[in-house]
Amino acid sequence: MHKALVMEVDACTGCHQCELMCSYGKVGAFNPAKSVMDITIYDGGAINVPSTCTQCQEAWCMVVCPVQAITVNPATGAKEVSAEACVGCKVCTIACPFGAINYDPDSGVVTKCDLCGGEPMCVEACPTTALAYVAEDSTGYDKMRRSATLAAGLEA
Amino acid sequence: MHYVIAGAGPAAIAAAEHLRELDASAEVTLIGAQVQPPYSRMAIPYFLTGKVSEEGTYLRRSQNHYEAHGLKLIHGEVTAVDPKGHTVTLEDGQEIKYDKLLLATGAEPIIPPVSGMDDPRVQQCWHLEDAERIIELAKPGARAVQVGAGFIGCIILESWVLREVNLTVVEMGPRMVPRMLGEKAGGLLQSWCEAKGVTVHTNTQVKAIESTPNELQVVLENGETCPADVVIVSTGVKPRLHYLEGCDIDIDQGIVVDVHMQTNQPDVYAAGDCAQGLDFSTGKTAVHAVQPTATEHGRIAAANMVGNNNLPYKGSLNMNILDTLGLVTCSFGAWEGVAGGDSAEMYNPDNHQYVNLQFKDDVLVGANSVGYHEHLGVLRGLIETQIPLGEWKDRLKDSPVNLVDAYQGVNQAALQNG
Repeated sequence: MHKALVMEVDACTGCHQCELMCSYGKVGAFNPAKSVMDITIYDGGAINVPSTCTQCQEAWCMVVCPVQAITVNPATGAKEVSAEACVGCKVCTIACPFGAINYDPDSGVVTKCDLCGGEPMCVEACPTTALAYVAEDSTGYDKMRRSATLAAGLEA
Repeated sequence: MHYVIAGAGPAAIAAAEHLRELDASAEVTLIGAQVQPPYSRMAIPYFLTGKVSEEGTYLRRSQNHYEAHGLKLIHGEVTAVDPKGHTVTLEDGQEIKYDKLLLATGAEPIIPPVSGMDDPRVQQCWHLEDAERIIELAKPGARAVQVGAGFIGCIILESWVLREVNLTVVEMGPRMVPRMLGEKAGGLLQSWCEAKGVTVHTNTQVKAIESTPNELQVVLENGETCPADVVIVSTGVKPRLHYLEGCDIDIDQGIVVDVHMQTNQPDVYAAGDCAQGLDFSTGKTAVHAVQPTATEHGRIAAANMVGNNNLPYKGSLNMNILDTLGLVTCSFGAWEGVAGGDSAEMYNPDNHQYVNLQFKDDVLVGANSVGYHEHLGVLRGLIETQIPLGEWKDRLKDSPVNLVDAYQGVNQAALQNG
């Protein structure tokens, strides 16, 4: 069974450690702009929402890609972007209703969460329980799936 | 069960693969008109700039993909369909029997009815062969006139500039990409292109193309004449339907389909750029001719072909994203607004940035943006879920760029209350 990256809003303090580690893992620099894990902070810092790709079963980004640049890693279930195959057309960035796949003008290709091959660096960096990498039958996973389902407008 | 798909573009391939997923034992045959393996026209601009090779435009990367999935790929042109006899006829006379048929024959370029279009220096940009020919013609320093600044025109524009040709664009509409961008957004795109050295004429059409041995003269209706070494015609596309004459399949702008993607004929479905399917925003049918609609059509049609019309479709949200010389523009749904609606706008011409949001009550129904490329997908999420924005609507009216905050805010609120 695959594991899933679970995000717990109430436990997030908005410290941005996950974004720093994510960008370090992805591009080798501590630059939140290059992170594919994003913390949205509103109401003056009262609410911090961590978000990234939830690795949908039938991923919009993967289905819509015209050149099969997004494929499933069978070991983790992550939908991964091939930087060689991606032409940079950006159609996946409007097709994903979570806004979780984005174009990087510096590399000319799209980027998204790939679960770091099964050892997500954001989870390691998180000082609270806001981010966890858990089995798909856990309570946290159910809650996240409910959130994702709601956000995508599908029946729960 | 034999499923036959006329076409081998994105809608056809999405349908074929989904048919295979849903029915492991069925026979699936695709009929493609191009000699190459199925490829993406969307990738051609990147072939023109040299970002990818010809193989990089192929819809599927592995050479034996279709074989490995038990999908039979035939090269041929469908010339007739007989819904009563359940057969399609190919150009070479071959007849293929089907149990269920999907028409996914895509679109073809519209050729303006003006003289001089047959000169070999006048090129469409539609097939891979066209792109190869353009690469030969568009030498550095060459003078190019591109007729049309629609979706395709605005994407391929970059490849001429990168090839260091002197480019002039002629658009008959009042602005660039008039079917996707409003006045301010289109204006920003035009000034961006002009700042990059492109000459842009709007509100005028090409009257004639005059040929001399050394050059072409593109005569415009506004009285100007543009000398050119090469002319690229990208004046829009229309559904490719010539093979359906006299076969009682309902055609309006495209092949009319119901919520199951079925035509008016039993066992005949249609998908993609040739299909006129349900539009999420209007509740009417429309030809979108965009990739997201094509792949959705393909999957929904396949599900209904296997499941005997058990998956009604909520309709496709029309959406588009363009990158023109580094300026990203996008549109979603009812970007022109709806009757009795409301809107929010942010316009920053100095930075070439613009956001326009359209609401019906407190639900987002459409959007245009210029100069943004991050988290644009949340616009789709907010529009398609029709989630009430509540207090976030006023916040968006104050600051339309805070879309991600609004998206997370309304979803968190819904979860707390749910």
